[in-house]
Amino acid sequence: MNARITRLYRAMALAFAALIATCTYWQVWAAPSLEARQDNPRLVYRELAVKRGRIISADGITLANNRSRQANGRTIYLRRYPRGGDAAAVVGYSSVQASRAGIERTRNDYLTGANTDLAGGVERLIDTVQGQTVQGNDVILSLDARAQRLAIRALEATGQPGAVVAMEPETGRILVMASWPTFDPNLVDRDFASVLDAPDAPLLNRATQGLYPPGSTFKIVTAAAALESGELTPSTKFAGGRCVKTQGPDLCNAAGEVAPDPNRLDDALVHSYNTTFAQIGEAVGQERLVEQMTAFGFFVPTPIDYPREQMEISGIYRRAGRIADPSRPVDVSRVAIGQAGLLTTPLQMAMVAAAIGNGGVLMAPRFVDRVRSPSGRLVTAPPSDEIGRAVSTATARTLADIMRRVVDEGTGQAAQIGGLDVAGKTGTAQTGRRDASGRPLSDAWFVAFAPTSAPRVAIAVVVEDSTGFGGTVAAPIARDVIEALL
Amino acid sequence: MIAALRTARNRELVNLVLVSLLVVTGFGAVFVARENAVESSSLSYAALFIALYLAAHVVLRLTLRNADPYLLPLAALLTAVGLIEIYRIDPELARDQGLWIVLGLVLFTAVVVAFRDVRRLEQLRYTCGVAAVILLAATAVLGTEVNGARLWIRAGGYQIQPGEFAKVLLVVFVAGYLRANREVLTHPARRLLGVGLPALRHLLPLLSMWGAALVLLVAVNDLGSSLLYFSILLAMVYLATGRWLYVGGGVAVFAVGALAAVQAAPHVQDRIDIWLDPWRTPQTTGYQIVQSLYSIADGGVFGTGFGRGFVLVGDRTVIPDAHTDFIFSVIATETGLAGAAGLLLVYLAFVYRGMKLASLADDGFTKLLAAGLSFALGFQAFVIVAGVTKLLPLTGITLPFVSYGGSSIVANFGLLALLLCVSNHVNRPAGT
Repeated sequence: MNARITRLYRAMALAFAALIATCTYWQVWAAPSLEARQDNPRLVYRELAVKRGRIISADGITLANNRSRQANGRTIYLRRYPRGGDAAAVVGYSSVQASRAGIERTRNDYLTGANTDLAGGVERLIDTVQGQTVQGNDVILSLDARAQRLAIRALEATGQPGAVVAMEPETGRILVMASWPTFDPNLVDRDFASVLDAPDAPLLNRATQGLYPPGSTFKIVTAAAALESGELTPSTKFAGGRCVKTQGPDLCNAAGEVAPDPNRLDDALVHSYNTTFAQIGEAVGQERLVEQMTAFGFFVPTPIDYPREQMEISGIYRRAGRIADPSRPVDVSRVAIGQAGLLTTPLQMAMVAAAIGNGGVLMAPRFVDRVRSPSGRLVTAPPSDEIGRAVSTATARTLADIMRRVVDEGTGQAAQIGGLDVAGKTGTAQTGRRDASGRPLSDAWFVAFAPTSAPRVAIAVVVEDSTGFGGTVAAPIARDVIEALL
Repeated sequence: MIAALRTARNRELVNLVLVSLLVVTGFGAVFVARENAVESSSLSYAALFIALYLAAHVVLRLTLRNADPYLLPLAALLTAVGLIEIYRIDPELARDQGLWIVLGLVLFTAVVVAFRDVRRLEQLRYTCGVAAVILLAATAVLGTEVNGARLWIRAGGYQIQPGEFAKVLLVVFVAGYLRANREVLTHPARRLLGVGLPALRHLLPLLSMWGAALVLLVAVNDLGSSLLYFSILLAMVYLATGRWLYVGGGVAVFAVGALAAVQAAPHVQDRIDIWLDPWRTPQTTGYQIVQSLYSIADGGVFGTGFGRGFVLVGDRTVIPDAHTDFIFSVIATETGLAGAAGLLLVYLAFVYRGMKLASLADDGFTKLLAAGLSFALGFQAFVIVAGVTKLLPLTGITLPFVSYGGSSIVANFGLLALLLCVSNHVNRPAGT
């Protein structure tokens, strides 16, 4: 029987050798590919072991930091947003439940310290080898937390959804980007359902994802195309009246107003005569208008360090969600007054104002001022990027002067600030919807920059489904935010 | 002088001291990871554990002076690793496991005292056989279903898994039966179709055990246990007779039974599908095995260290049933390939000692008993580790001495005691 006992033992030894071989396969050979699988919860856990850098506003307010917890013998870091919903549209969130959004997403590499220069890499390597927590870099935004909070509160006070975008014309630095309703990013991990189910889709960043008919604010672009054509000047005269004939139905002025006959291009912008701008649109033609829009950044995703899936493209939409080829014929007289399927984001309109304020040069908007290592060393300070020249210096100056008159004597007087000259343009784009008592609802717009001669702020404000006008609802918000920023 | 100190018991003591070092460092590591500080009260677990094994050692000194010096320390090593990981998962479970070890030692002492002369057990073979059948029948009738298989009987606040005890009793019965019928099974008087076949009354117990294992497979839906019983039976029949006819016949019967089970119970087919591709349903039916493989892979070569693997999320384990069926995956995470392979080698060493005893024993019953018990322990470890590493379909059985579970711990202490009794008999000084 002993020979058989030996044989049985050998069979057993072989079976255990097979087990060790299997373990070797999983723990050595297959380990890297298993570790990288998306459904492996260790991916999230590893990221939680990294102490993400803070996100700090330009005025030194911490917008995102961490709280630490012990798990499996290690310290893990969960994200905390001390300012709640104030800057949620910009900062976004970094969560276990719902991945990442906003700057937390686009600047994840800096925040986790994964993408640093050589010195940062060495610091990180030493941390890893010493078994210390890997610390990410702090990201300092161009955002002004005080003005940001003011913008959020001002939007909240309207009782309607809306957005505010303010940027520095010369550099493209975003100073305010507010979207109402907002959400509390602290809730994303705790109770994501409550965020998802909240009314009016707070996760939507209306500043970059909201597509609104720009209404009369678009007349700046039409006017720019007209002046750039060299065929029209501010004093070019057009026929007045209550309505004009177009390719489609007759096009009339707002509230039945009668435009003087004749009236000048500059006066028409100050008083926002639809009839005149329909004629300007016809005179400029679709090709030149589209060219001007392209120069302002329409038809392409805005180049900005923000997640592409949280942005929409401004342009002419054939039907919901489908942007049209701008070379296909459109009702140019209606596009000229910001209608006929023309939809823009508030960010795009802020860029139009900024380009004019910056002497015609369009700067790429950006969020990040500096990236700082945990030891306080400057890792990077992204430079300002020029997208291109939108209009000539002369055209920019001419438009700025007309826009200042809009605030001084025209539809935008609510944006006046004592001791400061503001250039602006109102817009009240009919949405076709009506409120419960049958009053027509409009998207109320105001775009502006100030001070006119050397602007430090360009701004776009939109309030959705408002019963008021751009000049009464949006302009005061713009005024308050500009005042807070200057 | 020195030579006089080299007794089996002294060697055992030295080995136990080595295990104690692992216990203290292991518990210390978990404490540090858990609380960031070693508390004096928390080291009491380690102290209790060491005291229990020293008590077992003293029992052996008093009763089985010539028993094998390696089996107890090997079992202690396995229990230690298990207890450390169970403590790491949930200190309350570790407290219970400590209680089971105490109960196990009670049974251990009882067996050692009662069967110092292991041959006395041979007369009890039918009692053991009947007891095993009753235990299994009771499970089938009274058992509650967990994960589609009926393995547990609820009694009071606790659950008993009679199958674990039945395993040991079965080995005793089969060893006795085979010893009595070895001759007729090996050299049958009658021949049928040119193949020697023994009389039915000699064959009947064997056939009825095959039948019982099949019933277990189909009725109780417990692929793991029936595979274990069947393999024990085949291995012992092979050892006793050396006839491949019985082995081949047994395998064929089991294969047919397994096929029938696949047809009859969708549960078994599901298990096989999960085994073939757990990533097809990584969030539902494949979840456990996928998480197990992630955990094992996470350990790498040297592991994360005790208490530092990704084992818990909040107070739940990442792998469901991590403290019972999947304890090996947790050990592989925290001690890496080095620890996992080491653990497997400890089992193999245990089997080696058992088989060695079997080959040294001078009577058929003791030989079959020793070989059967060590095979049972080794094969059970193989089946569950193969399951959690996806080498074989997963079946829910415990990892002997390591997994959490009262029945498993107590039954395996009985198994250990029997092996030690065998070794005391085998190693007795010449002339006594």
